[in-house]
Amino acid sequence: MAEEVVLLDFWPSPFGMRSRIALAEKGIKYEHKEEDLRNKSALLLQMNPVHKKIPVLIHNGKPVCESLIQVQYIDEVWHDKAPLLPSDPYQKATARFWADYVDKKIYEVGGRVWKTKGEKQATAKKELIETLKLLEKELGDKPYFGGESLGYVDVAFIPFYSWFYALEKCGNFSIEAECPKLIAWAKRCMQKESVAKSLPDQQKVYDFILEMKKHFGIE
Amino acid sequence: MAVVKLFGAWLSPYCYRVIWALKVKGIAYEYIEEDLSNKSPLLLQYNPIHKKIPVLLHDDKPICESTVILRYIDEIWPQNPLLPADPHERAVALFWIKFADDKSPLISKLFRTDGEEQQAVAKECFEMLEVLEEHALIGGKKFFGGDEINMVDIAFCSVAHWLGVIEDFAGLKIFEPHKFPRLNSWIQNFKSVPVIKDNLPDTDKMLALLKRRREMLLASKSS
Repeated sequence: MAEEVVLLDFWPSPFGMRSRIALAEKGIKYEHKEEDLRNKSALLLQMNPVHKKIPVLIHNGKPVCESLIQVQYIDEVWHDKAPLLPSDPYQKATARFWADYVDKKIYEVGGRVWKTKGEKQATAKKELIETLKLLEKELGDKPYFGGESLGYVDVAFIPFYSWFYALEKCGNFSIEAECPKLIAWAKRCMQKESVAKSLPDQQKVYDFILEMKKHFGIE
Repeated sequence: MAVVKLFGAWLSPYCYRVIWALKVKGIAYEYIEEDLSNKSPLLLQYNPIHKKIPVLLHDDKPICESTVILRYIDEIWPQNPLLPADPHERAVALFWIKFADDKSPLISKLFRTDGEEQQAVAKECFEMLEVLEEHALIGGKKFFGGDEINMVDIAFCSVAHWLGVIEDFAGLKIFEPHKFPRLNSWIQNFKSVPVIKDNLPDTDKMLALLKRRREMLLASKSS
């Protein structure tokens, strides 16, 4: 039976990028539908009635919502190629813990870096660096969080790298200066075609953030 | 034989999630009660990132975060599975578990806030219940898991038990049975399941502790 895979997406979304990478890693052909979030499509509202958010993965007409759930689903259904989660239950639990950590911290703290000024921004920058350093420590000397190859945590985390330039410009700081090993990891991931073609250009993301700041009246 | 230990706190719904999963699977474990105002060096060693309970120790290996623990338990001990086997059904179950994880903190926030802030939290709680009523319990199922409870039922324990106790304590009325008939049926069914019924924190004890904690909170706010 022909597989029909559709991804409802929005180009700067780090969550959408996760699913793009997972699909590319598995070599899955899919239809990419770009959503206008100010004018959401009827399909999006039908497929994700609870949150009305992207990304939504639609496989043979059935929706899967929430990016990490999509990555796990993709890994399970197309399990014969490029496994993302380890097979050992304890290693799997460790991977899920760190992906959950990325989910809890990076988006919210990163958001505060570009949305605030003064003391609030200084606090956000400090928190972001602390979070990144913890992740850097977890990476250790491994080439990827997944070990020798790209894994679940790499897929969960690498999309945020496309936002680093924007955060650095908004916060006037250098992430590489604080976390060189992490940046080395990011560049290593970017050498993979599945990642490189799934992440937008960092300047484009910065321009997008500047537009958002204007829109929300943030200096 | 592998040793299973659980670091928990008797008031925490996240702790009960793990207890129920272990009991459903028939796994023997040693329970260690943590004093959350004075966390043990062991807890801080096993969960240095979040410093929170629950922590499951299996063969001296720590697993943190209740949902991560539940999935680990389900994989290591496959009897009485807590998630559907079909990948899409599993994805739907995981969606609702994430929803429970994201929204459950609202319930304890009800207890920690007052005035206008509490009203805003109460409104968010109400909206959460509306979503569950409208989207999650369709099809006339007895439980989220069908005829038997599964990980989704376990994940919504805060709604089943803790919400009612906090409402009583705070004098709020967010959940009304006639407004949420499907949810009401689910709560009655869930709390009748023997493994749940026999392992729920005592309501009076909870109210007494909440009262003490509230007094401490107010005292620290005014000082």
